Amino acid sequence: MAVKVRIPTPLQRLTQGKEEVECTPGTVIDIINNLDAQYPGIAERISEGGKVRRFVNVYLNEEDIRFLQAENTLVKDGDEVSIVPAIAGGAHR
Amino acid sequence: MGYVRGLKCRECGREYPVDPIYVCEFCFGPLEVVYDYKKIKRALTIKNIEKREKNLWRYKELLPIDGEPQVGLNSGYTPLVKADNLARELGVKELYVKDDTVVHPTLSFKDRVVAVALTKAKEFGFDTVACASTGNLAHSVSAHGAKAGFKRFVFIPSSLEPSKIVASLVYEPNLVAVDGNYDEVNRLCSEIANKYKWAFVNINIRPFYAEGSKTQGFEIIEQLGWEAPDNVVVPCASGSLLTKIWKSFKEFKEIGILKDLQTKVFAAQAAGCSPITTAIKQGTDVIRPVKPNTVAKSLAIGNPADGYYASHIVKETGGHGEDVSDEEIIEGIKLLARTEGIFAETAGGVTVAATRKLIRQGLIGRNERTVICITGNGLKTQEALAGHTSDVHYIKPNMAAFEDVLLKIGHKE
Repeated sequence: MAVKVRIPTPLQRLTQGKEEVECTPGTVIDIINNLDAQYPGIAERISEGGKVRRFVNVYLNEEDIRFLQAENTLVKDGDEVSIVPAIAGGAHR
Repeated sequence: MGYVRGLKCRECGREYPVDPIYVCEFCFGPLEVVYDYKKIKRALTIKNIEKREKNLWRYKELLPIDGEPQVGLNSGYTPLVKADNLARELGVKELYVKDDTVVHPTLSFKDRVVAVALTKAKEFGFDTVACASTGNLAHSVSAHGAKAGFKRFVFIPSSLEPSKIVASLVYEPNLVAVDGNYDEVNRLCSEIANKYKWAFVNINIRPFYAEGSKTQGFEIIEQLGWEAPDNVVVPCASGSLLTKIWKSFKEFKEIGILKDLQTKVFAAQAAGCSPITTAIKQGTDVIRPVKPNTVAKSLAIGNPADGYYASHIVKETGGHGEDVSDEEIIEGIKLLARTEGIFAETAGGVTVAATRKLIRQGLIGRNERTVICITGNGLKTQEALAGHTSDVHYIKPNMAAFEDVLLKIGHKE
C-alpha cells in the first residue's frame, strides 16, 4: 500500500494526464516534494517556501489539513490526499 | 480609453490581460484589476468629480471599463445620513449611515457591482449574464440585465426569503432555486461557468464586478467633504465589500484626493455565520469555513472567498470584528428604524448591532467619527421581522374605541 493522491484537472498535464498518483508516506510537505521528484514542477504550483498555497486546499481522507497540522500533517500508508483549488472551477478560460 | 493595465494574481503577482478570467493559472489565487494610477491622477480630480452626474460613475477612471458606462446610469450616490439620534443612543459623538437601502433600482449595494459587471460583460461581447446569489445579487442582475437586454440566469438557495424571490422574478429572468446553501450554489455555478460561455458576474467576471463596491467608499469620502472617517463598520459575507471599501480609501490617497488616511476598518457578521470575525477575534490567519445558520441570509456565506484579505485589512488598520445573535440583529434593524427612519435588511441589523458592541468594548472611540455601511433595504426581508414588531391597534370606527387606545398606551396631551 502507498498513499493515493488525487490531482486536480489543471495540474494533470504535469502528471501525464493522471488524475490519481501514488507516493510514499510522510508529512504533507514530504508528499509534495515526493510528487515533485516524480512530476517536476508540481511543487511550486501548490506550495511556496514549504507551505501549501493559500488558494489550494489539501484534504487528508476528506479533512482539510488546515484543521490538522497543515504541512506537517502525517500521511500514512493507505491514506488518501486530495489537492483541490480553493476557487472552484479552476483556471481555464 | 480605460486606465486598466491588466489583471494580476493577488497571491503570486503573475499578470494577465483583460479577459473574463478570475483565477491564476499558476497558483490558483484570485485575480485583481490593476490600474495606471499616474494617468488616473491627472484625469480624476476633485474639481472634475464635482462637475459630474450624481451616480456611481462619477469615479469612472477608477472603475475597470474601457469605454463609457452602459449600465446603472442612475445607480449610486446614495445619502450619507448624519445619524444624530442613533449616535446619542449608542453613546458616540459623530455617526453617519451610508444608506444603500435606496440604491436605484434594486435597493441594495449590489447595484454598484452589477453596474460595473454588466458594462464589462457588454465590452466583452457576452449575450447572457448569470450569478450565484444570496438574494440581492439575483435581484440586481435580473433588473439591470433586463434593461441592458441580456439573457439572464440567476441561481439562489431555495431557502431564500420569498419576498426576495418575487423581487427577482418580476423581471422575468431564468431563476434557478438550488436545494442547498449558498456555498453549494456557488460551487455548482463554477461548474456551469466553466462549461457555458456566460458572464457570471461573481465568477468569471468577478475581478471587474468586485471593483464596483469601491464606489460606496469613494462616496463616503466625498460626502464627508473629501475626508476619511476614523472608523468604518462593514458587514461581511464573502468579505469582498470590506476589502474594496479599504481599497477605495487607499486609491483616493494614492491619487492625491485624500491627504490623510488613518481609518480603522471593522467587520460585522452574524454569530450564525461568522468565519471572518471569529478569525479576527482569535487573532488567527486561517478562516475556518462554517455551515451558516442565521436570519441574516444575505451574509450566509460559510466559506468567504475574501475572508483572508478582509481579516488582514482589519488587523492592518487597527480595527476589529464582532458578530451578533439573531435577536440582536432584529433589535439592530428596529433601532436604526426608530432613531433614523431607515429600514435596513438583516445585514443592516448586523452592522448596527455589531457597531453597538464595538462601541461598548471601547474599540470604536466615543469621540471619533464613524461611518456604518447599511447595504440593503428592509422591505426585502420583511419576513425576518414577523412576530418581532410592536402591536397594531385594531379598533371599531368610533372615538371611544380610539380613546381606549390612548388610555392603554398612556398617552398624555
